[in-house]
Amino acid sequence: MRLSMDLELQDVPGQLILALEPFRLYKGNIISVVHHRDRKTPRGTIPVQLVFEISGSRIEQVKNHLKKNNISVVRIGEDRFVEEVSVLLVGHVVDSDLGDTINQIDSTGFAEVVDLCLKMPGIEDPSSAYIKIRATGKEEMSKALAILREVGVQKDLLVIEPIEAEML
Amino acid sequence: MKEIRISQVGCGIVGHGFLEVVRRKRDMLRDLGLDLKIVSVTDHTGTIYEKNGVDPKKVLGVKTLAEGVANSDMKGLEAIEEIESDLVVEVTPTNIDHGQPGLGHMEMALTQGKNVVTSNKGPLVVAFNRLKDLAGENGARLKYEATVGGTMPLISLVERNLVGNNILGIKGIFNGTCNYILTRMMEEGYPYGYALMEAQELGIAEADPAYDVEGIDTAAKMTILANSVFGMNVKYDDIDVTGITDITTESLALARDRGYLIKLIGEVPALTVKPMLVPRRSPLAVGGTLNAASIETDLSGTITVTGLGAGSIETASAILSDIVNIYTTRNIDDRS
Ligand SMILES: NC(=O)c1ccc[n+]([C@@H]2O[C@H](COP(=O)([O-])OP(=O)(O)OC[C@H]3O[C@@H](n4cnc5c(N)ncnc54)[C@H](OP(=O)(O)O)[C@@H]3O)[C@@H](O)[C@H]2O)c1
Repeated sequence: MRLSMDLELQDVPGQLILALEPFRLYKGNIISVVHHRDRKTPRGTIPVQLVFEISGSRIEQVKNHLKKNNISVVRIGEDRFVEEVSVLLVGHVVDSDLGDTINQIDSTGFAEVVDLCLKMPGIEDPSSAYIKIRATGKEEMSKALAILREVGVQKDLLVIEPIEAEML
Repeated sequence: MKEIRISQVGCGIVGHGFLEVVRRKRDMLRDLGLDLKIVSVTDHTGTIYEKNGVDPKKVLGVKTLAEGVANSDMKGLEAIEEIESDLVVEVTPTNIDHGQPGLGHMEMALTQGKNVVTSNKGPLVVAFNRLKDLAGENGARLKYEATVGGTMPLISLVERNLVGNNILGIKGIFNGTCNYILTRMMEEGYPYGYALMEAQELGIAEADPAYDVEGIDTAAKMTILANSVFGMNVKYDDIDVTGITDITTESLALARDRGYLIKLIGEVPALTVKPMLVPRRSPLAVGGTLNAASIETDLSGTITVTGLGAGSIETASAILSDIVNIYTTRNIDDRS
């Protein structure tokens, strides 16, 4: 699973190596490390954000190991959405029940519409909607887009997808 | 000096361009050791045949050979069959339903072991694999760079320069008319109909624009790419096609506000043609009548080429480089 973790490190040399050690040990795959040297906390520690993938059963071991190394874990959570795409819908977007269209994505559990912008030139004219979708992974994004394409066919909407998805 | 006797069939926009390009580049071609001799030119009114080479100027001055230029009433098929030549330049109109008259011309030429270079998509859309096999059986070459990307060197890039790579996918803008219309709609806020009218007035769009704006031209090109570059066995109907006629000014504005352009994108091996969002910073974000194509490879990453998709001289230049390739690099890519 993919997780993000906020750590606080002492401002002494060698701390980052100690913090990353358990990930190597328990075969975690570090995706990103952001070291906020410029944002020292009032306690004098340095915040670090990690995003990593690891088998769920190993998380406790990683946490214990970090504790042993004297690294404090401020927060750990699922990094749910990693993919984002923008999509345009053209046609009778509102009349064909925009709420339902969005709900078909939201109800998947793995993808969500996170942004929406509408342009309606006139009652008779086709309107356009910009929506931004986030999903938990590449495959999930493909599924969400496939749902949207299907909805487009049913509701006679032109679905304009991006040439590539963007990593968050 | 290698003499190459050429029978040209079709003498419209591209045909005239080809005659002009051969005339202009005579010296350069000689430096390459090639003496291109156009021994016959046929249009649908007749043929001019000169054993020692037709003077391009004679033909360049007229719209059809019927204007006192033809010296024979041979049709294309007869000219290909009866006149001694090494190569046929086939530049008759495209028909993607039955491929004729080009398909018959190409079959005749290849059967006789004559090389074929063409800008005519029709025969390749209808019968690419059959023509390729026919070429192979008769030791002839079939080259068609001008059918796909206009001046963008796409087929030769893949076949020659990227040799050794697996081509994972090709996507891009393959129709200058659509690109022009979408560019004007976005930049000027024109409605679709107005941008189309402007394109027609400028001679960028045909009086009947369906072939371009409904995505048919792009889909024909995807069919050719799928069969040639990806070794598939695809028919025109296998391509999922949506054109640009439903694109609205508002949708373009919405896209622009978020950093996107809308372009008609053809993709293989996905076999789709549809309007898509292209990030402004993407190398595919070209405007006007330009075409652009990104080739995704396993070793070389993604390579993008861009160039003019159509035009008389531009298309003829692609035909000329195919010819030069045939006679200067026979050993390198004789796989085809
Ligand atoms: N124009 C471009 O920018 C461009 C770009 C890429 C590819 N292409 C393709 O290249 C090809 C030629 O395009 P173009 O623009 O030059 O077309 P065009 O101006 O319509 O010229 C077609 C030529 O073919 C002749 N022709 C028609 N039927 C014939 C037959 N049965 N036998 C012999 N000649 C025949 C016509 O003769 P008549 O004048 O006597 O009818 C004319 O000379 C088309 O397949 C097109 O799709 C064109």
